[in-house]
Amino acid sequence: MEYQRILVVLPHPDDECFGISGTLAKHIAAGTQVTYACLTLGERARNMGNPPFANRITLPQIRRGELEQSCQAIGIQDLRLMGFHDKTLEFEDQDLLDLKIGELLAELDPSLVITFFPGFAVHPDHDATGAAVVRTIGKLQPAARPPVHCLAFSHNHRESIGEPDVFVDVSGFLKQKIASILSHRSQFYVPQLFEKNPHKNREVQERFGTERFWTYKFA
Amino acid sequence: MLPIQTVEIQNRLDSLKDQDLYIHLELTTGAYAAHNDSTKHPAANFITNALVRYGIGSISGNGPYRVGLKMDKGWIYAEGLTHYDETDAERLIMAGHDSSGKLVVALQLSREPF
Repeated sequence: MEYQRILVVLPHPDDECFGISGTLAKHIAAGTQVTYACLTLGERARNMGNPPFANRITLPQIRRGELEQSCQAIGIQDLRLMGFHDKTLEFEDQDLLDLKIGELLAELDPSLVITFFPGFAVHPDHDATGAAVVRTIGKLQPAARPPVHCLAFSHNHRESIGEPDVFVDVSGFLKQKIASILSHRSQFYVPQLFEKNPHKNREVQERFGTERFWTYKFA
Repeated sequence: MLPIQTVEIQNRLDSLKDQDLYIHLELTTGAYAAHNDSTKHPAANFITNALVRYGIGSISGNGPYRVGLKMDKGWIYAEGLTHYDETDAERLIMAGHDSSGKLVVALQLSREPF
């Protein structure tokens, strides 16, 4: 299925790279416009490079640069930095969160929204982001709701929400995906990706070649 | 960030005493601690831009290091510090990183808000 415009809502720079960068690159190659609303700068991350080259003062700007590089690697046309603070989303003013997401929906009229599955995404910011997205979209008339594809990876998710229903073969877009992962150099070190032509490595293809989503079912 | 040099840190602590300072104090296991290992108990806290003032401040230990700041009516304490930002002359930026480089603890003092 081709989408005219995808809205991605995630809380941290790097949340896009492992789970959805291949899917986005694939859609973008087919002509889709992508807006990525990144709610925070991940300024409370523990990873600082190894040996550490960042600190609590410099990390926000370093991560902003890494995010811009990742978006460029994927081909994302429109990055929005939403200005919230890492680790605080579950305590934020919900009306403010919903207002900001509602403004994006009204402006962009996306044909697909991608976010985290609330309750099954491990990090409190992930869950709070997904919750805000489905809460805001849930307030729309059913016919006006774009489909929402969610990422889930908590240990208990299969018992509650079953198997994913959307599988995207991104084996043809591993170069973009690997470049997205490598952009976040303060956060990740995946040794395999530093070998020559990592996108041709079979282990890398198996680990990164398929992206999986759950379509959110509104009550 | 450079490994902590205690003489340098002690000099900076002395130069920041007896004045109003903004503090960032943080301890974290990371949000994924229990996801990665169910025997781990995830915990974290931070406080940013609280106003503090201390009369005695010192660094101790052989590394990782401890810092204690004695205030008029209480104490500020951090253990596990390993690195400081040598390029920041105005503020004292210290952090403790584990063997894989991850931040575990941070103690920062500044005359201006962070």
